[in-house]
Amino acid sequence: MTDIGRAGMDAEGGLEAAALVVETHEAEVEAREAGGDTDKTTGDGAGGALARRRRKEAALAYVLLLPALVLFGVFSFYPFFRNFKLMLYETPPVPGLPARYVGLHQIVPTITSTEFTQSLVTTVIFVVLVVPISLILGLALAVAAHRKLKGIGIYRMIFSSTVVSSVAVASVVFGTLLNPVVGLLPWLGINPTPPALESTTWALPSVALITIWQFLGLSFIIMSAGLQSVPDELLEAARIDGAGAWTRFWRMTVPLLSPTIFFGFVVSTIYAFQAFGAIDILIGNSNAVRLHTNVLIYNIVNTLQVSNNPGAAAIMATVLFLIMLGLTVLQMRLLERRVNYGR
Amino acid sequence: MAAETASARHRRLRTLGSYAFLTAAAIVILFPIYVTIVNSLLRPDQLVEQPPPLVPTSPQWHNYVAAWTTGSMSTYMATSAIMTFAIVAGQLVTSILAAYAFAFLRFPLKRTLFVVCLATLMIPLEVTFITNLDTVTSLHWFNTYEGLAVPFLATGFGIFLLRQAFLQIPRDLQEAAQLDGYGHLRFMTRVAVPLARPSLAALGVFSFLAAWNQYLWPLVATGGQTPLNTVQIGLKALLGQQVSQIPISLAGAVIAFVPLLILLLIFQKQLVRSLTAGAVK
Amino acid sequence: MAQVGFDGVTKRFGDTTAVDELTLQVLDGELLVLLGSSGCGKTTALRLVAGLEALTAGRVTIGDRVVNDIDPKDRDVAMVFQSYALYPHLTVAKNIEFPLRQRGAGKEERSAKVKQAAETLGLASLLDRKPAQLSGGQRQRVALARAIVREPLVFLMDEPLSNLDAALRVQTRADIVELQARLNTTTLYVTHDQVEAMTMGHRIAVMNEGRLQQVATPEDLYARPTNVFVAHFLGSPGMNLVEGLLVEGSGNETTGGEDTLCVSFLGASVPLPAEVATDVRGSGPDVVLGLRPETLHLSTDGPIAATVIIVELLGAETLVICRTETGARIIVRQPASAARPSIGDAVRIAVDPEPRAYHLFDAESGLRLGDRP
Ligand SMILES: Nc1ncnc2c1ncn2[C@@H]1O[C@H](COP(=O)(O)OP(=O)(O)OP(=O)(O)O)[C@@H](O)[C@H]1O
Ligand SMILES: [Mg+2]
Repeated sequence: MTDIGRAGMDAEGGLEAAALVVETHEAEVEAREAGGDTDKTTGDGAGGALARRRRKEAALAYVLLLPALVLFGVFSFYPFFRNFKLMLYETPPVPGLPARYVGLHQIVPTITSTEFTQSLVTTVIFVVLVVPISLILGLALAVAAHRKLKGIGIYRMIFSSTVVSSVAVASVVFGTLLNPVVGLLPWLGINPTPPALESTTWALPSVALITIWQFLGLSFIIMSAGLQSVPDELLEAARIDGAGAWTRFWRMTVPLLSPTIFFGFVVSTIYAFQAFGAIDILIGNSNAVRLHTNVLIYNIVNTLQVSNNPGAAAIMATVLFLIMLGLTVLQMRLLERRVNYGR
Repeated sequence: MAAETASARHRRLRTLGSYAFLTAAAIVILFPIYVTIVNSLLRPDQLVEQPPPLVPTSPQWHNYVAAWTTGSMSTYMATSAIMTFAIVAGQLVTSILAAYAFAFLRFPLKRTLFVVCLATLMIPLEVTFITNLDTVTSLHWFNTYEGLAVPFLATGFGIFLLRQAFLQIPRDLQEAAQLDGYGHLRFMTRVAVPLARPSLAALGVFSFLAAWNQYLWPLVATGGQTPLNTVQIGLKALLGQQVSQIPISLAGAVIAFVPLLILLLIFQKQLVRSLTAGAVK
Repeated sequence: MAQVGFDGVTKRFGDTTAVDELTLQVLDGELLVLLGSSGCGKTTALRLVAGLEALTAGRVTIGDRVVNDIDPKDRDVAMVFQSYALYPHLTVAKNIEFPLRQRGAGKEERSAKVKQAAETLGLASLLDRKPAQLSGGQRQRVALARAIVREPLVFLMDEPLSNLDAALRVQTRADIVELQARLNTTTLYVTHDQVEAMTMGHRIAVMNEGRLQQVATPEDLYARPTNVFVAHFLGSPGMNLVEGLLVEGSGNETTGGEDTLCVSFLGASVPLPAEVATDVRGSGPDVVLGLRPETLHLSTDGPIAATVIIVELLGAETLVICRTETGARIIVRQPASAARPSIGDAVRIAVDPEPRAYHLFDAESGLRLGDRP
């Protein structure tokens, strides 16, 4: 699936987690809040009027927060917690029968079912295909574009451009490129049977290719931003010291960029774990290779809509949540270490 | 002297090498898009020609007309536009209000509530959509604009981003305005919001991109049915199996891509800013 | 116009007491300077008047209204912030106009007032600029203009000149004094710069660690500091403070007379001028003697023996810093025309034989001796 849009909108755990960490280390915020707090503890002998003003201020704050909090409550927290309840119910495969309470008994069979474990394996393979390649390519492009050359802005624009392509657009574009009768492939004599998207071997790599292309823009943007935050003097100093380009890259750029690279790693991993759209569009349910591209989310959606078992879907969704949570926590830990020991 | 020319030549070579690499990379990245544009202007029979045409010699503009009309791209675009507009506007408003409270007001449970807002970022749609589908259905919002947009009208990311921006505003400004008789709401609209414009733009662009490109939710919240298909879901419908259909679906993809390309051209800076918020301190 | 009153005002932040039982009246039309070193609670006092901070105890009055419970916006005070607090996104004109928009003033009235304020402060040609396009001095004037268009009861100014360079500060100082005199608006002006305080204030209130030390006209403050802190704080350099002992008629030949009161310090014994003696007789005998550098001079028959350790040339004057035999540091300020000693010279220091040269404080309490009620 994995259109950047949704990744950003719904989870983008990486971005936000990093933001969260940065936030907690923010002295200025602390200071301002501390000021407010001390103020609060001041005994106000004056009494009534001040307390009234305080109450008014708090009331205004809650009114301002109300829309966001209500929306979060209804569309984030309620469904999140309801998942735990759904997990306890099983809907029989026969239509029309009501869900019945099974307690924790559904959990183990669901996560040990071949369908689920295969889907997990598929997802991991997919992630392994997508993440390293898109990060390396993004880094290579960022380093190449990190020179003051005429017209570099245009190149940067081009390298960033795939960030705005949606999963549907990317699927249509690559679906055609990979079409066995249309365009380049037959002319180049590449004529696999079955065609890539119908091959149990090549379907998943094909979807990964689409995802890499699509993620390349974001990868480039992240790496570029990281590079720009590295002081030029550091690299220049290394150059004056006579370090060659290759040494400079491995000895200076990569270590200096390691927080960025790690950030990119978490973002792209989360992004890859959410892959769904390309598979839905290009492979679909009817296709014979479906079992080989049955990534986690696709499996969840199918369990919900085809097998019609919200309970099992909720269990799988919770597994997905835990994976993402783990990644985010990992990210925070490492960032924290950088804050503590770095610099 | 000789050494100097040598080093100059060396530099020129390096520059040339850089350009060569950059250009090659640009071509590889743009190639799929270029082929898409070319193919979208071909006749179906040209698609299977060998070698494949690399320029559309007789551009079939009517492919675009077909995608727009019979392919229903016009209605898909309208649906996407309305949904996206609602989400962007909603996120800006709810984020401004909440971020203002977090940045400028004192109230009990402030820290806790802020953490609550950030916590939403940890809960992906893949986890919530199961129940949200039920919620939307029981509100009779299935296959409606409300159903498409309302679940996304608030965003923890936006609140975080704007709070940061508001915290940059010197406290003095707020106090000066307070002495001049400006209440919080007026200060918010007259001073805080105008001063946070760069961050608002970044958030707006980010929200636009995210909303326009959504796939999973519009799919399940409309059941993939017309008339409320967004562009993304519409493209899936347009992607027919027959070769004759291909140029039209490619035209549809180009149409769906254009608004975002414009977005990128105008707001590249803001987009980069929002995408890397939190990445680089 | 109105007076401003602090009545037993205390403000605590957690454990810090920023303002401690402050009682002070700012008279109608007066420019009162709150002077004190960093962190002594000046800003806090100002913010209490503005209502930006809530009192811990006491009363603040503006006119004859107790304003403790009044909203900042209803207090009718205008504040000039140290940072100027200009709105970066608004032009100078819009900045000046900003307070008026909220008060229901019509468009014409507003632009008339903006124009007038801009002319008063020499900003007429800058009205369309944004604050970022202004120099520090110009920004400062915009902040002043924004305060005066409101025609408030009281001006509150928090170190408004501290971000300006020295020359501009002198100029703007004069401008503010003139403006205040013309508008005759009660003004509470905070600074840590004593020159600013001495040149601007009708009266000066000196604060230390949240407590009011003395309120007086600049002249009085200089001539009769009420305690050791004020004595040392004011003047540059501040007073020399040495331990001394009051001795009845020590029998010094130069003056004679049985009832001469002498002060012995730094190994010398000097008879006090008659006026001073009458004032302080009966106190002591342990005292702190304050001697302003400018009332000391080097003289071959001076009573205090010392060695020159530093000579500082200040242009019109010279500071001679000496160490006495008892180890005390004494600063002598002499005109540049006087003979200049070299470092290491043994010199003798004499005190001007005038009453104003002697400041005596109780050794225990640090309070000035002989202050008649
Ligand atoms: N909001 C606050 N929270 C906690 N302590 C505060 C606060 N504001 C001021 N203080 C403390 O109160 C004391 C007085 O501060 P104030 O700002 O009034 O000093 P000031 O005289 O204006 O100093 P300066 O000349 O440096 O501006 C200081 O110790 C300061 O740390
Ligand atoms: Mg201060």
